[in-house]
Amino acid sequence: MEKLVVIGAGMASGRALEHIFEEAPGRFDVTLFGAEPRGNYNRLMLSPVLAGEKAYEQIITHDAEWYREHGVQTRFGETVTGIDRARKVVISAGGETPYDKLIVATGSAPFIIPLPGKDLPGVMAFRDLDDVNRMVEVSKRTGSKAVVIGGGLLGLEAAAALNARGMEVVVLHLMGHVMERQLDPAAGYLLQRDLEARGIKVHCKAQTKAILGEERVEAVALEDGTVYGADIVVMAVGIRPETRIAVDAGLHVERGIVVNDQMVTSDPDVLALGECVEHEKIVYGLVAPLYDQAKILAKTLAKVDAAFRPVQTATQLKVTGVSVYSAGDFADAEDREEIVLRDANSGIYKRIVLKEDRVIGAVLYGETADGPWFFDMIRKGTDTRDMRATLIFGQAYQGGAALDPMAAVAALPDDAEICGCNGVCKSAITGTIASKGLTDLDGVRAHTKASASCGSCTHLVEKLMAITLGDSYNPAAVKPMCPCTEHDHGTVRRLIVAKELKSIPAIMQELEWKTSCGCAKCRPALNYYLVAEWPGEYEDDNQSRFINERVHANIQKDGTYSVVPRMWGGMTNPKELRAIADVADKFAIPAVKVTGGQRIDLLGVKKEDLPGVWADLNAAGMVSGAAYAKGLRTVKTCVGSDWCRFGTQDSTGLGVRLEKFMWGAWTPAKVKLAVSGCPRNCAEATCKDIGVICVDSGYDIQFAGAAGLDIKGTELLCHADTEDEALEIIVALTQLYREQGHYLERIYKWAKRVGNDSIKAAVVDDLDKRKLYYDRFVYAQQFAQVDPWEERVNGKDAHEFAAMAEFGLPVAAE
Amino acid sequence: MTEWIELGSVTAIPPRGARCVNTPSGKIAVFRTAEDQVYAIENRCPHKGGPLSEGIVHGASVTCPLHNWVFDLATGEAQGADEGHVQTYPVKVDGGVIYIAPDVLMQMAAE
Repeated sequence: MEKLVVIGAGMASGRALEHIFEEAPGRFDVTLFGAEPRGNYNRLMLSPVLAGEKAYEQIITHDAEWYREHGVQTRFGETVTGIDRARKVVISAGGETPYDKLIVATGSAPFIIPLPGKDLPGVMAFRDLDDVNRMVEVSKRTGSKAVVIGGGLLGLEAAAALNARGMEVVVLHLMGHVMERQLDPAAGYLLQRDLEARGIKVHCKAQTKAILGEERVEAVALEDGTVYGADIVVMAVGIRPETRIAVDAGLHVERGIVVNDQMVTSDPDVLALGECVEHEKIVYGLVAPLYDQAKILAKTLAKVDAAFRPVQTATQLKVTGVSVYSAGDFADAEDREEIVLRDANSGIYKRIVLKEDRVIGAVLYGETADGPWFFDMIRKGTDTRDMRATLIFGQAYQGGAALDPMAAVAALPDDAEICGCNGVCKSAITGTIASKGLTDLDGVRAHTKASASCGSCTHLVEKLMAITLGDSYNPAAVKPMCPCTEHDHGTVRRLIVAKELKSIPAIMQELEWKTSCGCAKCRPALNYYLVAEWPGEYEDDNQSRFINERVHANIQKDGTYSVVPRMWGGMTNPKELRAIADVADKFAIPAVKVTGGQRIDLLGVKKEDLPGVWADLNAAGMVSGAAYAKGLRTVKTCVGSDWCRFGTQDSTGLGVRLEKFMWGAWTPAKVKLAVSGCPRNCAEATCKDIGVICVDSGYDIQFAGAAGLDIKGTELLCHADTEDEALEIIVALTQLYREQGHYLERIYKWAKRVGNDSIKAAVVDDLDKRKLYYDRFVYAQQFAQVDPWEERVNGKDAHEFAAMAEFGLPVAAE
Repeated sequence: MTEWIELGSVTAIPPRGARCVNTPSGKIAVFRTAEDQVYAIENRCPHKGGPLSEGIVHGASVTCPLHNWVFDLATGEAQGADEGHVQTYPVKVDGGVIYIAPDVLMQMAAE
């Protein structure tokens, strides 16, 4: 295999590697250097991470699993210090690494204005995750202040995100209006007004004089004498190509590393792409052209003819609640005409710039749905003479079509670009939906990458799905968890972590619940999410639990309860059976039944008798079987090698061990386990949430079965050689489900939603991750493994079991 | 007319919770909301007889534990698509103590 070394683990090189493995599988042995101590992630999404709307894990584009699968040796956190082109080696702290082909993808560095005070602690760029983490840290202090220097795309995203974090934010911008490269003054004004309405101060024509401070940054002074207090100063004035290593290596470098149409530098064995390169005197900073470069570079390495052509780009600002779209060239000039539409009340501004009857630029503010349509016309040079009068109103008004946004998307030509980041056109999306049988947005993202980068085209993709799938597309599947909120379960779980929300009132406040106190749907879900997320910190809210979990018994149709003690692995003994019989006699319990989970159910217990029943069962050594819980229920077993002539392993022993390890754990929905001692499967493990089939060589771990509303056989997760390994995998799997599952979503539904591959990657293939999940489960168990019956026998929640007052004659039998 | 009858302290009921008062002809469910408002209704859902005092309390409403019907505690009316009504009883809070109107108990004893 040829040795391919890649310097830089950014978005361009990540995409290039994907294409290389597609174009020339098995041809290259790849070593990937990255200066950041982590792999490729979606840098475009740092703004949502900074705003707390996304977690870092959600913007990773390539994880350890992917690198391993493709045999990529990763050297993250290791800076390359030199290239010796004569000997074809790159030099780093780890020594020399030889290459046959080299890709330079060093990206860009933020430009730091040489102001006095620029080196003070607290002055930072907004470029990588470390910057984000530093900013978040400072934003946690109440009343902290940020000054952002630079009112371009990046600076404004940073300002909005810091504002969302609760900081007092001032934006200093040298030019007359914000985002002057993408917006004309009118749109810039509207944007500034919207930002100021959020409490962000925007100071245009600001000449920064100095950054002030003793130990660390304290303020920023302007030439006009204004001084703004600051706990951090974010420099977002621009980037410059990072070319030092290429210059030192003697490659041809102008503003960027010069490449030809094939992405090859002045050395035929050295290729380059991304923000560090210059092609026909242009340096690109937006992601779409860089992804094009990645395609071309991969083809060149695979010896396929291809040429990079300069591309038009469109820009959208990723600030929640602000819609801005700009594309092409919108400067005024003699030979140009413009069409402008304004609606002051709704804050809408649209401007189309025409040259010789063709659209060459568009700026849209407030309503941007027609952006892609205009962009398509710019790229194609469409003649607009026939629609001149209605052009500005957008696509819906052309050719008498209905005023229906669906119709507008339906009318887009097949090659219209839907996802600018990933260069995905309409037919690629509709075609993949049909050929792969996709039915949800995540599926479309996974297969086409459309809307998988910045996400601003999500609404278009959803409309395309609705058009392609008709009524079978049910966007309601991703809709609010209940009428109290706009958020779905996934978003709420994510924000609980991102915003460190630790109580139900905090969630309701921060996520803008529409009711003061939630409802019977959302409160139990929120309570579970908090229990799962903050073990030991969050105090369980009993009043947000369903009655069964509040009184640790199952309510029956007549208001009585059923009581099920644990029988570990379905094993019992005369002493336990006698105690159960005695309790049934003593409290005149009308029905005793053997359950499907290998234990005994006492039915028809009066609520006020519950503590007495529990006390007697406790005295015989029995604890709550949690037959009422969204939590671990039963572990069903067969008698295994202890008794059975076919048994291969001690299935009963493993079942008992699992139940003793895992009892008490709360989960999104109930969890039932089973262990069968041989493939004859007498414990019916293959329709359980998690099942184990013992075989001669060890344990086959099955999961995602169902035998309720749905009937579904399990799927094989993996094989474990030892009982210890089986236990660790099952525990890690349960913890992953605890952290990812939506409330009331059984394991099989969760697995279908997130995909078996992602589950295997986390708990089977990656031993470190498995250990992490296992440890988190074990940590949480110390707070969960308390017998709720014993607590209540000892007086907890006594109010639950006694009337508040009694009047008159004794209560008539109901 | 006799005095209002004392049921117990507001704090005997957990916030967003309920407790029962037993009378000769059935149970009265006494609710305490998150804002410490107190309501009393019949402890019996008109749908299938579910014990409403066991439901989850949200705002000034309760969701029946059996089949999720939701009732307005102040009016006793079923909310949303369900149609039904539970009896409400006048209660008052004075000095942290809950009192129920005397005629309620007399009426229930008479039934």
